[in-house]
Amino acid sequence: MLTETMSTAATIETKPQPPPAEKIKVKVDGKEVAVPKTTPDPVTGKPLPTSMIQACAAANVIVPHYCYHPKLPVAGSCRMCLVEFGTPAIGPDRKPIVNPDGTTKISRALRPVIACATPVSPGMEIYTNTPAVRLMREGVLEFLLINHPLDCPICDQAGECKLQEYSVDYGNSESRFVEAKVHKPKRVELGPRIVLDDERCILCSRCIRFTRDVAGDDALGFVNRGSHSTLTAYPGRAFDNNYTLNTVDICPVGALTSKDFRFRMRVWFLKETRSLCTSCATGCNIVIGSREDAIYRYEPRENDAVNSCWMCDHGRLNYKWIGREDRLVEVRKREAEGRGQASGSRSAAPTWSAVLGEISQKLKAAEPGSIAIVASARQTNEELHLLAKLAKRLGALTDSVPRIAAGDKLLLNADRNPNSTGARLTGIAADPMGSNLPAIAGGIRSGRIKTLIVFGEDATKCGIDADLLDKLELLIASDILPNATTRRAHYLLPGCAHAEKRGTFTNTKGRVQKFLKAVEPRGDARPEWEYLHELLVNVTSRDGIASIEGVFNEMAKEVPAFSGLTWATLGDTGISAKI
Amino acid sequence: MPQEHRQILKYVDQPGYTPDIECYLRHSGYEALKKAITLPPKTQADGKTTTGPEQIRQEVMISGLRGRGGAGFPCGLKWSFVDRKSGKPIHLICNADESEPGTFKDKQIIYKDPHQMLEGMIIACYANDAHLAYIYIRGEFVEGAKILARALREARAKNFLGRNILGSGYDLEIHIHRGAGAYICGEETGLIESLEGRRAYPRIKPPYFPAVLGLYLCPTIVNNVETLCAVKHITAMGGAEYAKLGTPNNTGTRIVSISGHVKRPGYYEIEVGKVTIGELIHDPCFGGGLRDGRKLKAIIPGGSSAKIFKAGEKFKLKGNSLLGREAEKEVELLDLPYDFDSIIEAGSMSGSGALIVMDDSTDMVEALSNIAEFYAHESCGQCTPCREGSLWMAKALHRLTHGGGRSTDADYLLRIADNIPGGRTICAFGEACAWPVQSFVGKFKDEFIAKGAADEERRMKPAASPQC
Ligand SMILES: Cc1cc2nc3c(=O)[nH]c(=O)nc-3n(C[C@H](O)[C@H](O)[C@H](O)COP(=O)(O)O)c2cc1C
Ligand code: SF4
Ligand code: SF4
Ligand code: SF4
Ligand code: FES
Repeated sequence: MLTETMSTAATIETKPQPPPAEKIKVKVDGKEVAVPKTTPDPVTGKPLPTSMIQACAAANVIVPHYCYHPKLPVAGSCRMCLVEFGTPAIGPDRKPIVNPDGTTKISRALRPVIACATPVSPGMEIYTNTPAVRLMREGVLEFLLINHPLDCPICDQAGECKLQEYSVDYGNSESRFVEAKVHKPKRVELGPRIVLDDERCILCSRCIRFTRDVAGDDALGFVNRGSHSTLTAYPGRAFDNNYTLNTVDICPVGALTSKDFRFRMRVWFLKETRSLCTSCATGCNIVIGSREDAIYRYEPRENDAVNSCWMCDHGRLNYKWIGREDRLVEVRKREAEGRGQASGSRSAAPTWSAVLGEISQKLKAAEPGSIAIVASARQTNEELHLLAKLAKRLGALTDSVPRIAAGDKLLLNADRNPNSTGARLTGIAADPMGSNLPAIAGGIRSGRIKTLIVFGEDATKCGIDADLLDKLELLIASDILPNATTRRAHYLLPGCAHAEKRGTFTNTKGRVQKFLKAVEPRGDARPEWEYLHELLVNVTSRDGIASIEGVFNEMAKEVPAFSGLTWATLGDTGISAKI
Repeated sequence: MPQEHRQILKYVDQPGYTPDIECYLRHSGYEALKKAITLPPKTQADGKTTTGPEQIRQEVMISGLRGRGGAGFPCGLKWSFVDRKSGKPIHLICNADESEPGTFKDKQIIYKDPHQMLEGMIIACYANDAHLAYIYIRGEFVEGAKILARALREARAKNFLGRNILGSGYDLEIHIHRGAGAYICGEETGLIESLEGRRAYPRIKPPYFPAVLGLYLCPTIVNNVETLCAVKHITAMGGAEYAKLGTPNNTGTRIVSISGHVKRPGYYEIEVGKVTIGELIHDPCFGGGLRDGRKLKAIIPGGSSAKIFKAGEKFKLKGNSLLGREAEKEVELLDLPYDFDSIIEAGSMSGSGALIVMDDSTDMVEALSNIAEFYAHESCGQCTPCREGSLWMAKALHRLTHGGGRSTDADYLLRIADNIPGGRTICAFGEACAWPVQSFVGKFKDEFIAKGAADEERRMKPAASPQC
């Protein structure tokens, strides 16, 4: 068994901690909890008085709610979170009155309050489950349902709908509403990615607050009054920023739907896998929803050190390539013309073991300095580390390919590689990244470099043109989708999308985060770390542990920045490494 | 003999009294302001000195003035809540949104004596160290807004407003903002939102108490038109003197808008509590009695959102317990003094001072349906119980008044209404829409049941079917 001690190199969030906040003791349904007097505002970070709903959460009591969202400014409008409460009774001497049994006398408030917006005070008792509270919840729920279309059978939210959920707890089996329902617009195209059903909207304003206060785009609002209130986008403007799909996640009902996901799959059939977005260096935590090895959606997963509860639309919708028809699914071998025996021909169905054996032989035989490696900052830490070790062994010149585009202020990073930091820390990338690529191209041109290993990139797109590739004695390519490099490779190794394997990325701030396998790889495709590991074992004639945990833990010992980390301690939300 | 006591309406409607500043000045206008602004610091018994503004605030506290806008909250106490240490500017807003059905008192002041309101407002601003104030006027008062704009120009020209008012070094600017026809803009935090340029969604309290986090999140005072006029008179006559008007804890004068089935509907200024509801209805100098041959059926004492009283109702009121004992006495509706506390004790409120009188020609179901329709139309729609409940009740009442009633509708209505008020909503509109239903149906239940039952019977009768 591996016993590892946590070194100081990697610890959970080592930001300077503010002085310990003053605590207030309150009782939630009879259970005492101590909560900080203030809690940071989710958007501005300014201290706000801790609310009852936060105190209840600290006591593991969930107060039913619709408009409240822990990451948004409070609205206080749905009234689902009404609770009763009491505060210590104060005597004429301005001191708390003590009961005969020594307990503090509590004077119960005459009116209920909303737990989401009412601050706690010392000695407060919160009652979340009294008959009166239950009646109020029933009342609110009934009001929400009377004008609701109840089209659950065709609603995408069915199965993850708060209206359904609380109806089970507080709903009546029969409606006493005998009037005509209010009708509102249906199938409203709010923007390129969002469709709105106004009749399902319960007017909680979560989407408005998110869009205004988090995404910084005051695009949504209500028009009309009373029960005819209607959510809409700003007149004449499409609801179109890079964060629109988050509103679908936080909409407690099926009012906002994703055009991409709409009507494609019942949510209860989806398998949920913890993973990461690979579309930029932020590394938003996600849940992959898949069924029978097909991916249906990405949703953000809460990680306050990275993405809060959000992700960008660009990253969220960037999953379709995984299911593309032209995925590379077989190991291929192509003998270089004029150099092999069966020129130009493809040997019949090469196997992984045969191919890896041949590659190992060739690499071992190669003269020092004749090999170069172009890695990808889309590869995992483990893969990059294995490649770096291979490179060291072979004396190879290495680099990886930068990928820069416009970023924004919220999450999207200009660095569109998910693991540039990993590429740097493992030593595979030059500094700055990409600065070795011209040297590799030059080496091939001069004939000094005879073998090129390319992982997950198209070398022809980074200055190593096709005619240079044709000069090589040996071109080994590992990739997921075909490109000009894979077509020229002597050995083609089909790899896996992140959703098909396990591994870790290090995000732009140095957070080492792991992702798990959601779907099976296609055809012969195998996780890159697996065959890299095998290759390394072959080349070094040294044994190793062929498991992702083993590879990771070994890497943690060998890469200083990762020192002290283990696969197990990464947990679901990762650990910040010192970078 | 009950009488009007015209203090605020003293000159209003007098022949030759015009809303311009010259006329106002001829009637000793702006004298109270001159007095206020030149008040020297005063050394108290305890050796502390109070500034002029502090003295005015004290006088208002002593006067016992209660807000005339609806809630009847003590004005001096409201002012004392203002956060004066925040370092942020303090704003004052004059609530001229007068929208509660049955109320038409502020309109008289605005249209006929605008400078009185301005004078009260300027004094209130001075007393509270506000340098920026707004008049939020309901959109329908198109002419009123023009009159006020003119009055502001006149006051500015005479340096009652603007920079260095009357050489005192005190600056004040007042702006007019017109509403766009929404009742909810009268609710003070809805008003503030509207003034800031958003939908008039009332704010949650906590944290948005206007006295701390009001307009532009600065400490803010919202006072009704009539309340601010009273401030002028308190300044002129002194708080203690003002408190002699009316009855204890219900001091001063207030304007009652009387509407409905009386011979002389109109506005009447009375000393609070010195006139009974019966006198307001029947006395020749007030309502002048019901229409001939009619009997009183019910009254709504404080605007359509107040709970209805049924003719002949008797209430047990706690007498003023000067002896330290609570003496209970039984009072008939018509003998109920028109004040704040008695009407609350009787289970309703004097609200905006609007007395709506209904005689026996009134169909209570129709009347309630009318009121419910108003509230369903005016709910801002922000919080669930009010938004959904108000329309639900209106729809049920529409059905009940259009032949689709059921004998169970009375209870049906009560059960809807019971889920709205009592802290379940963001603002008091929840009460405003539920109280009429609870009280109409509660007190005239047989009428509601009978109407529904009649409809049921009609539906049960087999229609003369062509097949038979
Ligand atoms: C639904 C609603 C409507 C209101 N409308 C008015 C109004 O039209 N005019 C008014 O002066 N106060 C109105 N109020 C009362 C105001 O919120 C506020 O209490 C008042 O302006 C304070 O002034 P006062 O203390 O001088 O009475 C309304 C309150 C509610 C809840
Ligand atoms: S669309 Fe959804 S999130 Fe937006 S207000 Fe309606 S229910 Fe709330
Ligand atoms: S911000 Fe980056 S990591 Fe996050 S969802 Fe968008 S592309 Fe993916
Ligand atoms: S009670 Fe009615 S008017 Fe007041 S905030 Fe709620 S919905 Fe709006
Ligand atoms: S969750 Fe508190 S009012 Fe909606």
